[in-house]
Amino acid sequence: MTINQISVFVENKFGRLNEILSFLSKENIRIVAATVADTTEYGILRLITTNQHKAFQLLKAQGISANLSDVLAIKTDPSAGKLSETVEIFTKAGISIEYMYCFSDKSNGVVIIRPNNMDAAHEVIRRNSLNCLVESELSEL
Amino acid sequence: MDGTYYQPEIETMSRKDLEALQLERLKWTVAQALKSPFYKKRFGEKGITADSIQSLDDLRKLPFTTKQDLRENYPFGLLAVDKKELVRLHSSSGTTGNPTVICHTKRDIECWANRVARCFYMVGLRDTDVIQNSSGYGMFTGGLGIQAGIEWLGALSIPAAAGNSLRQIKCIMDYGTTAIHAIPSYALRLADVFEAQGIDPRKDTNLRVFIIGAEPHTEETRRKIEERFGVKAYNNFGMTEMSGPGVALECKEQNGMHIWEDSYIVEIVDPETLEPLPDGEVGELVLTTLDREGMPLLRYRTRDLTRILTGKCPCGRTHRRLDRMKGRSDDMFIVKGVNIFPMQIEKILMKFSELGSNYLITIQPVDNNDELIVEVELGDVKTDDFSQLQALAKEITRQLKDEILVTPKVKLVERGSLPQSEGKAVRVKDLRKLI
Ligand SMILES: [Zn+2]
Repeated sequence: MTINQISVFVENKFGRLNEILSFLSKENIRIVAATVADTTEYGILRLITTNQHKAFQLLKAQGISANLSDVLAIKTDPSAGKLSETVEIFTKAGISIEYMYCFSDKSNGVVIIRPNNMDAAHEVIRRNSLNCLVESELSEL
Repeated sequence: MDGTYYQPEIETMSRKDLEALQLERLKWTVAQALKSPFYKKRFGEKGITADSIQSLDDLRKLPFTTKQDLRENYPFGLLAVDKKELVRLHSSSGTTGNPTVICHTKRDIECWANRVARCFYMVGLRDTDVIQNSSGYGMFTGGLGIQAGIEWLGALSIPAAAGNSLRQIKCIMDYGTTAIHAIPSYALRLADVFEAQGIDPRKDTNLRVFIIGAEPHTEETRRKIEERFGVKAYNNFGMTEMSGPGVALECKEQNGMHIWEDSYIVEIVDPETLEPLPDGEVGELVLTTLDREGMPLLRYRTRDLTRILTGKCPCGRTHRRLDRMKGRSDDMFIVKGVNIFPMQIEKILMKFSELGSNYLITIQPVDNNDELIVEVELGDVKTDDFSQLQALAKEITRQLKDEILVTPKVKLVERGSLPQSEGKAVRVKDLRKLI
């Protein structure tokens, strides 16, 4: 039900983000979704790519501080109000969302969610019949 | 030859015989030193001759020799032989002034190589071993000094020199390297590269021994090297002025470094009063060469702080043991009125498994108030969560404060982002000195 997300520790240094992204592009890794959160000293780049394990190995081999963590990738339809509905389901179940980001085109939307309690989140997904992406589906995006 | 000792008659010599040997060699060394313009003048002023030495205690009649003396008499003022007798010159560059130059005769090189071979043998290395020297070659003594020792022992030497980690790993894999000589910061860097290559040195190599030295390091660093490579790592002490590596090395007990007392007289003195201290007390290490004819040095102040360990070593060697170097009296820096050694900071950083091995201490003047910044590279860490990283930085800060009594500003940085050095790692950047 979960997919791997790659988190990369990135110092706040001019050009560093570009270096990491262009390295992945040279290795033919397609990035499906990405977000950067930062403090004054460093940032965390979170990445969903079409081949998470390969991307992760490549980053590690470069000596880049990266790790894998589980997130939910829930399919939504991109009409107005759908995102808020999805979040509301978790809120009502008492689950906090540590962070989220989403991507969509005209016909499909995906929201990536990191809940504070993964087991409880799985339960909510089952009960509400939410549709989660699995990792093999990433390459089709 | 496959006993415990390389030279049993010397390594296990009774203290009485060893001291008699030292006295005989000290007399010779004073006579030899008097052939150099520097000592001729220095000793002449005080009326010191070889006959002034009747017992080992008479050593105290001799004045100290300092690095300053070497610099002021650069390059050949301390030569005790004709220049044509010399076969090699080594130097160590200082940050200020002239480099320190030590010249060797053929015999000096042989005595040195023999000491290094004796060290290697002590930690179980034999002529069947493949020893890779990952030290810088050139003028730095860790290169050719170790090289000569490996060859003297009859083992196979791989003079890989410093840097180029991928090539180092290829050598280790292809040539079946069993032992490595490297500076500790580089050993840990190499472990990182092994990991990045997906090779486990514990399983995939023949490595069993590391000889580490040339920069001060903590017990935690040693344990980290042992753990990551699956080896025994032995602490080595040497310095250019005392020829180079092979002055002292730990035996298999890993509890103090046996200093070869047939080649050196050891004194520990109070760095302020210069009065000799008894065994067990920490002070400045002062060494006298006993078998060097090209450039003998008498009562040389090394600036290294350590102590002599008391008691007998279970290995049976009678040569006394030096404790791990506590730092150099000139490495110490003062922030907010507190004396701090880089080693104190390293000791704390090495406790955190989340951190890598590279760090940099910067002292920055901010409005008459010096700020201490400790940048440290992250190792394998769960980097998904800011609060975890912030908690980590906070915990490091707290533990450093406990150790050094000053609150540093801790910055976590990416692996590989701090300057990598091929020689001794630069650990302290004091920006106050630049203003
Ligand atoms: Zn011993």
